[in-house]
Amino acid sequence: MSFINYSSREINCKIVYYGPGLCGKTTNLQFIYSKTNPELKGKMISLATETERTLFFDFLPLALGEIRGFKTRFHLYTVPGQVFYDASRKLILKGVDGVVFVADSQIERMEANLESADNLRINLREQGYELEKIPYVVQYNKRDLPNAAPLQEMRRLLNPLQVSEFEASANVGKGVFETLKAVAKGVLTDLKKLGR
Amino acid sequence: MVDTQLVMYDEDYRKILGVLQRLARDANAKGIFLVDKNGQLVAETGEMRGIDSTSLASLTAGSVAATGGLAKIIGEEEFPIHFHQGQRDNLHITLVGGRVILVVVFDERSSLGLVRLRVKKAGAELAHVFEEMQKRAERAQASGAASPFAEITDDDIDNLFSE
Repeated sequence: MSFINYSSREINCKIVYYGPGLCGKTTNLQFIYSKTNPELKGKMISLATETERTLFFDFLPLALGEIRGFKTRFHLYTVPGQVFYDASRKLILKGVDGVVFVADSQIERMEANLESADNLRINLREQGYELEKIPYVVQYNKRDLPNAAPLQEMRRLLNPLQVSEFEASANVGKGVFETLKAVAKGVLTDLKKLGR
Repeated sequence: MVDTQLVMYDEDYRKILGVLQRLARDANAKGIFLVDKNGQLVAETGEMRGIDSTSLASLTAGSVAATGGLAKIIGEEEFPIHFHQGQRDNLHITLVGGRVILVVVFDERSSLGLVRLRVKKAGAELAHVFEEMQKRAERAQASGAASPFAEITDDDIDNLFSE
């Protein structure tokens, strides 16, 4: 839930990157971090295991500029993708303003994508949200890999709501900022209506 | 249940900061931070200027959320007070009004007992301020008042991204 601070004239919003294990959620954040001016970003925090798998969440605070005299601040979070971290995933979704679903394009990960998309819907509902009603975009990551599934197929399986979608190769940054912009835009547009 | 949006005006902020500053003095604390349950920093005071309070806020919220999850597993509603003891500095974390988290950093100049005592009073005052803010937000929503950002145009949003 966004936090509007008239005292410091700031709008704070929370965006969560969701998706199956190893789909590239953390890589998205790392690329954003590496390409953002130091004065616009805070420290990136990764609560990860020794093998760099996300254990709880990654966190990246980002300032996107001013809108009508208010500084817009976005807090980007990733969830741990591995199936057994479900309890942690639910916690990260609390107070979310917008969601990015990062899908792994590799054909053998399609089942994991579907499972994670279902899991997102269930966990959102537990927090009182409907996927249809929150700003939501889909990213097809790892498009550069030779075993990537056809786009049409992914679209049919993973984007039934036909929300904005982006092809990406997060490791080289392709599609990363396009995805972020789309979800941030959705969140700000949503701010126009107070109280969903 | 989805909470209503948190909207803090200058007068709210001044009230909140007043409570925090008094608490810092009364509890002999090094630093006080008030964090929204979703990880946004609401206010801070004390001598710990320059520390990364954005990260502190996000990690506090994560930690409280995780402990809340643990509480539910063992059949508790929540653990409203957390205490972390360090070699020099200690953290005292309390949930206030189910909505915000009060973080007190203190060292050997204070004690757990003193902090606990002072936090109790300050917590009640803060809960009252947030209740008022909540009521006002609900009234605004019920009366169908326009969002303060209703006038944002698509162009405003596009301009943010035109680099």
